[in-house]
Amino acid sequence: MDAAHTGAHGAHDSAHSALQHHFDNMEQQREAGNLGMWVFLIQEVMFFGGLFLAYTLYRAQYPAAFAAASNHLNLTMGAINTVVLIVSSLTMALAVFYAQTGVRRAQVFFIIATMLLGTTFLVIKAIEYYDKYRDHLIPAAGMFKWEGELPHGVAEQHLQMFYWIYFAMTGLHALHMIIGLGIMTWLLYHAWRGRFSPEYHAPVEISGLYWHFVDIVWIFLFPLLYLLGRHVGGGH
Amino acid sequence: MSEHIVSRRVYFVIFGALMVGTLLTVWVANKDLDNVLFHGANTVIALTIAVIKATLVVLYFMHVRYSSRLIWVIVVSGFFWIGIMFALTFSDYATRPPLTTEQPPARNERLK
Repeated sequence: MDAAHTGAHGAHDSAHSALQHHFDNMEQQREAGNLGMWVFLIQEVMFFGGLFLAYTLYRAQYPAAFAAASNHLNLTMGAINTVVLIVSSLTMALAVFYAQTGVRRAQVFFIIATMLLGTTFLVIKAIEYYDKYRDHLIPAAGMFKWEGELPHGVAEQHLQMFYWIYFAMTGLHALHMIIGLGIMTWLLYHAWRGRFSPEYHAPVEISGLYWHFVDIVWIFLFPLLYLLGRHVGGGH
Repeated sequence: MSEHIVSRRVYFVIFGALMVGTLLTVWVANKDLDNVLFHGANTVIALTIAVIKATLVVLYFMHVRYSSRLIWVIVVSGFFWIGIMFALTFSDYATRPPLTTEQPPARNERLK
């Protein structure tokens, strides 16, 4: 009786300040948070999935137009951005590692590194968008003008369809990056104040899941948007 | 059950594999495999590399390999459902007369 009493009392005393009252312990809380994040990410998979479906349908319908339009994207910038995102996934994974092991300085360093890489990605994306604007490749009324000859059997609307899908998918992806940077800012503040420890680091872990998910979306977008027609038309 | 901390070494190995995958996908995209292997070979290879890269990220960067059964079920079900979306949509498209692939002449004139 006495032992049970002190046991329960001890457990209560040692409860982490971040433990919510509806969880038994930190481990249960961490698992529940992870599960919730995964359910959200699966919803995101379905969200982007609709766009991937639209892409597949229209590409099946207008293969030549998609190849020609894709070859006008900047392969170098797309490839650099792929590398930037993969490195940012590594720095994010390391930020999680140093949160789990409770090293504050390294945690802060890798969160900042992830933010810088994310910003680099967005800057390169913005340059690409500007280039598309300059080259009259914005698929809106009066703004789209294909320079040079249309490939055989390809109509300008079909080329526009590729750019619609390109801007919708990369735009939604960029929006996710911007939200990710917001989350990182919040994370940086708390990491700086030393809030995360081996006992409590669920926010770092969950934000990491989100960041890696956004990286995965780009892993698919890069070959599907930038590389699909390289073998038939050279490109730029 | 306490959490599994993935070592830094694993992260760097996975990072290396992702970089190799990226180089490979760019390199292979410039080879015309549609004429060498079969029509659509380039796309199949590009998607295969992308799926492998995504799987590595999910298993190691996102720790799913070390996660509970429940997380596994959630992840697998997500990809299963997206499979349903693609399969049913394409079974519909494949069994109907195609939409017009010709562009409407009137609209074309207007754009010029």
